[in-house]
Amino acid sequence: MAAPRRLDLAGLRRLDPLGTMLVLAGLVAARLPFVIDKANRIVPGDPRPLFEVVPWTAACGCALALLVAGVAALAVRAPGARLAVAVLALAALAFALGAAGDALTPAGNRVVRIAPGAAFWVLAALLGVLAADALARLAPGPAARVLALLLTVLSTGIALASGHFDHVSVMREYAVNADRFTHEAWRHVALAFGSLGAAMVVALPVGLVCHRMPRLRAAVIAALNVVQTVPAIALFGILMAPLGALAAALPAAAHLGVAGIGAAPALLALFLYALLPIVANTVAGLAGVSPAAVEAARGMGMTRGQILAGVEFVLALPVILSGVRIALVQNLGLVTVAALIGAGGFGTFVFQGIGQAAIDLVLLGAIPTVALAFGCAVLLDASIEAMQRGRA
Amino acid sequence: MISIEGLSKRYGDLTVVDDVSFEVESRTIAVVVGTSGSGKSTLLRMINRLVEPSAGRVLIDGQDVAAEPPHLLRRRIGYAIQGHGLFPHRTVAQNIATVPRLLGWPEQRIGARVAELLELLQLDPGAFAGKYPHQLSGGQQQRVGVARALAGDPKVLLMDEPFGALDPIIRAKAQDELLAIQRRLGITVVLVTHDMDEAFKLGARVAVMSQGRLLQFDRPATLLTRPEDPFVARMTGISDRALKLLSLTSARDAAVADDGPGLGDAPQVAATASLREVLSELVWRGATRATVVDERGQACGSLAIADILAHGRAR
Ligand SMILES: Nc1ncnc2c1ncn2[C@@H]1O[C@H](COP(=O)(O)OP(=O)(O)OP(=O)(O)O)[C@@H](O)[C@H]1O
Ligand SMILES: [Mg+2]
Repeated sequence: MAAPRRLDLAGLRRLDPLGTMLVLAGLVAARLPFVIDKANRIVPGDPRPLFEVVPWTAACGCALALLVAGVAALAVRAPGARLAVAVLALAALAFALGAAGDALTPAGNRVVRIAPGAAFWVLAALLGVLAADALARLAPGPAARVLALLLTVLSTGIALASGHFDHVSVMREYAVNADRFTHEAWRHVALAFGSLGAAMVVALPVGLVCHRMPRLRAAVIAALNVVQTVPAIALFGILMAPLGALAAALPAAAHLGVAGIGAAPALLALFLYALLPIVANTVAGLAGVSPAAVEAARGMGMTRGQILAGVEFVLALPVILSGVRIALVQNLGLVTVAALIGAGGFGTFVFQGIGQAAIDLVLLGAIPTVALAFGCAVLLDASIEAMQRGRA
Repeated sequence: MISIEGLSKRYGDLTVVDDVSFEVESRTIAVVVGTSGSGKSTLLRMINRLVEPSAGRVLIDGQDVAAEPPHLLRRRIGYAIQGHGLFPHRTVAQNIATVPRLLGWPEQRIGARVAELLELLQLDPGAFAGKYPHQLSGGQQQRVGVARALAGDPKVLLMDEPFGALDPIIRAKAQDELLAIQRRLGITVVLVTHDMDEAFKLGARVAVMSQGRLLQFDRPATLLTRPEDPFVARMTGISDRALKLLSLTSARDAAVADDGPGLGDAPQVAATASLREVLSELVWRGATRATVVDERGQACGSLAIADILAHGRAR
């Protein structure tokens, strides 16, 4: 009997520290309500545990998947296996949520709201940490990361389209707002990318000029820093007056869509916010280019344009792109606030939800915003890394 | 031939290069030495117009370099610098192909030229062509830098401390390679260094600069035996000038034909060894005479210690 016991002790000491913390937190979270059963979108609702709301087969399946994930988090080393069980458990958790929605919604009832409860959110977050940690240990290359992102988007799309989640509160809000959702999604993307594109067109040459003229650099960066410190809501407000006046004074401008509220001040504000990261990173990227490489390029008879395009810009590109990534993620988030001045975007749902105390509607705006920013960050990071491969 | 005529460069009140004139014969190596900040790099960079002179002019084979657009001029002058300046985002082959591409050579000719240069610098094309600079050792990077400078088939090669970043053993090897390549291609080289030994080893003539002025432009032996300025004597080194002088002559050039037997156990020295090395060998062995043997191991003369000492005497 003595030998196996010693083995157990050795095994205990080898428990994964992160896994131990996740499992302990998960054990606490499992006692919290799994879903909130609300008679309509506004009332507080009843907390319900997992085994009460889901057919017992589904509940057992979900519990089993969580158990496996917990054991793997504690005792399994291989990051691939840890990732697999975390993803499986997340899927099982999501499936149970959908099943709870189906089970708790009386047939034909469109008023009832089955919202994810604390247990769902915390367990999902813990599994997310487990998966992220496993991914970090796997250190997949840029192509693998893009592939993983595509698979995630695809499987999420299929799951949502399957109708399994139709009775979950956020999807109920989606069903009510489906037309507007698509419209606001495009609007969100158009505002974020439009302002980013305009900012790139201006910021790249400005960064180049700042790189060539150090005296200008300090002034430009300082001015853009001031812009960056103005709170978004204040900037939108500040821009309302001059743009409104411009529209009033120039009918042509008004005809082009310039107005004190709506897309014009939003685009302008987002454009201003995006300038600093791109200008600063363009300057830093160009400053980081090896002076010996530029000197050699000149000495071999490359023209100024050839040196700029073929050496300086290419070598600075990874740093410039990380500036673009910062600006894009920042813009995707700030567009939400622009809904306040009538610019549209996912923020429309957020503010509407806040106004109506309807948390599910807030989530309908917030979740796609976060997902969009996250996906864009993954794509840009992957392309930056792919670019840096081969070089030092 | 490169003629430098009354060349000056001023930045505001600061005169960095002060009325420098000398001529570099075609197919030879001229070395510019001087302390840090003496204006060597500025002088070199005025030859390919990376710096525009304040006064004076540079002629290459009688042609004023100012007559041609600078970027076109630079494409027919090789340029290699300390720290090589290789493009980190381009492979070795792409780096070497830079000037041929600028010159618009057909792809096939570029490929052949890259392979030829890699062979010339003893880098296996199969192994190195596709590598990135950071995958090479310092010595290999420096060789690629030289290959890139030679790619456009230039008649003139400018080098600014090309071996400055190399350790002594690799540096000596790189110097030997440069000598061999220069002889083989028959190019004219102007090389900047602050290492006097490097200057004496490579330079047919050496220009000594101080504070922007050219103090003397002469053969190494003349700089040692007849320095025109105390600074030149200090630069060339007074304490070991006799030994420096010995190192300028090879055993082959100093050997005298054997006129009889009796050399039985004399130590053998290579014909390519310098007299300084032969002397060291004789002192080490406690001998007074050495047999000089050529590459094939054939005796081609002998050297008595007294003959060697005569070569190191002030003239
Ligand atoms: N663009 C410039 N503007 C002002 N001064 C300059 C400029 N370029 C060079 N100088 C000055 O000219 C002097 C000579 O510089 P140069 O680079 O030619 O020296 P060097 O002999 O090559 O020195 P080193 O051995 O350190 O490379 C230095 O004092 C330097 O500060
Ligand atoms: Mg220099």
